Amino acid sequence: MKKLFIALVALLPTLAIAAGGHVHLEDANVDLHDKASLERGLDMFQHYCSGCHSTQYQRYERVANDLGISADDMRSKYMFTDAKIGELMQNAIPPKDAAKWFGATPPDLTLVARVRGEDWVYSYLKGFYKDPSRPFGVNNTVFPSVGMPHVLEELQGTPVKQEDGTIVVSGGKLNAEEYDQAVRDITGFLVYSAEPVKLERQALGWWVLGFLFIFFIVAYLLKKEYWKDVH
Amino acid sequence: MVKNLINWIDARIPMTATYNRHVGQYATPTNFNFWYFFGSLAMLVLVNQLLTGIWLTMNYVPTAEGAFASVEYIMRDVEYGWLLRYMHSTGASAFFVVIYLHMFRGLIYGSYQKPRELLWLFGMLIFLVLMAEAFMGYLLPWGQMSYWGAQVIISLFGAIPVIGDDLTLWIRGDYVISGATLNRFFALHVIALPLVLVVLVFLHLIALHEVGSNNPDGIEIKKNKDENGWPVDGIPFHPYYTVKDIMGVAGFLIVFCYVLFFIPEGGGYFLEKPNFEAANPMKTPEHIAPVWYFTPFYAILRAVPDKLGGVIMMGLSIGVLFVLPWLDRCKVKSVRYRSTLHKLNIAQFAVSFIVLGYLGVVPASPTLTIVAQVFTFTYFGFFVALWVYSKNEKTKPVPARLTH
Repeated sequence: MKKLFIALVALLPTLAIAAGGHVHLEDANVDLHDKASLERGLDMFQHYCSGCHSTQYQRYERVANDLGISADDMRSKYMFTDAKIGELMQNAIPPKDAAKWFGATPPDLTLVARVRGEDWVYSYLKGFYKDPSRPFGVNNTVFPSVGMPHVLEELQGTPVKQEDGTIVVSGGKLNAEEYDQAVRDITGFLVYSAEPVKLERQALGWWVLGFLFIFFIVAYLLKKEYWKDVH
Repeated sequence: MVKNLINWIDARIPMTATYNRHVGQYATPTNFNFWYFFGSLAMLVLVNQLLTGIWLTMNYVPTAEGAFASVEYIMRDVEYGWLLRYMHSTGASAFFVVIYLHMFRGLIYGSYQKPRELLWLFGMLIFLVLMAEAFMGYLLPWGQMSYWGAQVIISLFGAIPVIGDDLTLWIRGDYVISGATLNRFFALHVIALPLVLVVLVFLHLIALHEVGSNNPDGIEIKKNKDENGWPVDGIPFHPYYTVKDIMGVAGFLIVFCYVLFFIPEGGGYFLEKPNFEAANPMKTPEHIAPVWYFTPFYAILRAVPDKLGGVIMMGLSIGVLFVLPWLDRCKVKSVRYRSTLHKLNIAQFAVSFIVLGYLGVVPASPTLTIVAQVFTFTYFGFFVALWVYSKNEKTKPVPARLTH
């Protein structure tokens, strides 16, 4: 048996061949415990994104409860449709009209952080650059031929791609650091939205594992006691 | 009082006799090792799948319009729905981990050999039904990978000459995967196949208890009995192996719950990333990969340049396991007392299986296809070589009593 294990272990390096060939993504560094950041993310998302993109698997009330926002604040600050607070966060544009205007229905973003990964979302929001050949005048480094405008341009400024691939920005309301944080806030909100139960799941997980370790010790001692007379 | 009740029942059905035959006085070899945990763990996972499945069914909507949203409803709005869903999805992968290790145990200790051929066959049928069950279950969340994975796998039946196209149409109930396919897969997944599975598990256990358990030495403990007719190297299943299996369960649950609570996506292998996007018949994902537990067989399928040839080889790769008891002509069961050649053959088989599993996950390339062909050859080579050398294999002497 030992030989077999050695053979299997020796094989591992060949299994580690990377799939490769992807764009470099920046680390989003999202902190789900930072409720203020998540609320800023909600704020930005509702103002800049929710006109076109729904988060239709999530309810306003759940977001309000999880992020510690009062129902009144939720209604007045973050709800722009005539939806009730217990309803799903659908957007105002009918999908058919949206498809006509943009060429395709803007995708729902409830789960985008689980489909693409948080680093992708962060890098995408930072990846726009000026490209007059595109219908909306912008392209994206992580999503080539992107079909949407750069909605955060007033915040970031106009990003221009240099010959060496770097992006230089000018004329935004936020400086580079503030923009990174703003984008991180939105990403954080989307990571939360993709799996609202994540923190609860991990917290419960420690209790479960703790119990199981104790249970294992008890089970081991019980087994040892019963097996004393077996040889 | 209790005794009277038991007598009353025993006069009507053989309750005590059945309990003794299968638990209380079922003679089990004393030397079970680590590999022997996986049978009872497979039972545990089966129960987990059945119970969580029942509760998921209460909130799941089996329609093309509602399926994806209902899974997110379970994840968000149902009390502890996320826990039920992750228990079920992690359970699916755990089932295959446990079953593969259980089968490998049978392989190394010769548990398929005479007189356990039927036991092995029932086990193989369980494996087959389990694959169908998992495949149909994977369509239900109605994500992109659910949809396109099913599309690819069902289209394989189209490679069968003459009836192929009609057969795929019959399976799907439509010209593409659609709500009709989802409805029938739901019915099969929650009723038909679980019923078959439970019956097969019952038969597997009956077959086991009739011939008795094999052990790491591959010796029949029934051949050496004391004056009361009790095997000298045997201990009753209860309490010895019940308490030992409880320990195994605790150990297993630590790993299982770690995955469940901390990495439920299993690095994108247990829950694939594209499956968090609702099924879209107009948009094919960049790379369609089946779930990890099918990938060794999928790699064999892709290794063959011809589609029909690939389907046949994939079928054979599972089919050949059914006839294993008749391919191995050696009288010695356990790898412990068999030739070095046999040990090496088992090792290369395990390596082939794992490499094929890896190759089935990644996108195909010309080089990787050649690698897949080599390991397809060694996968089948295991069985051919076994048949050839096992007839006159140079084995070591088998001890009369169990060793520890």
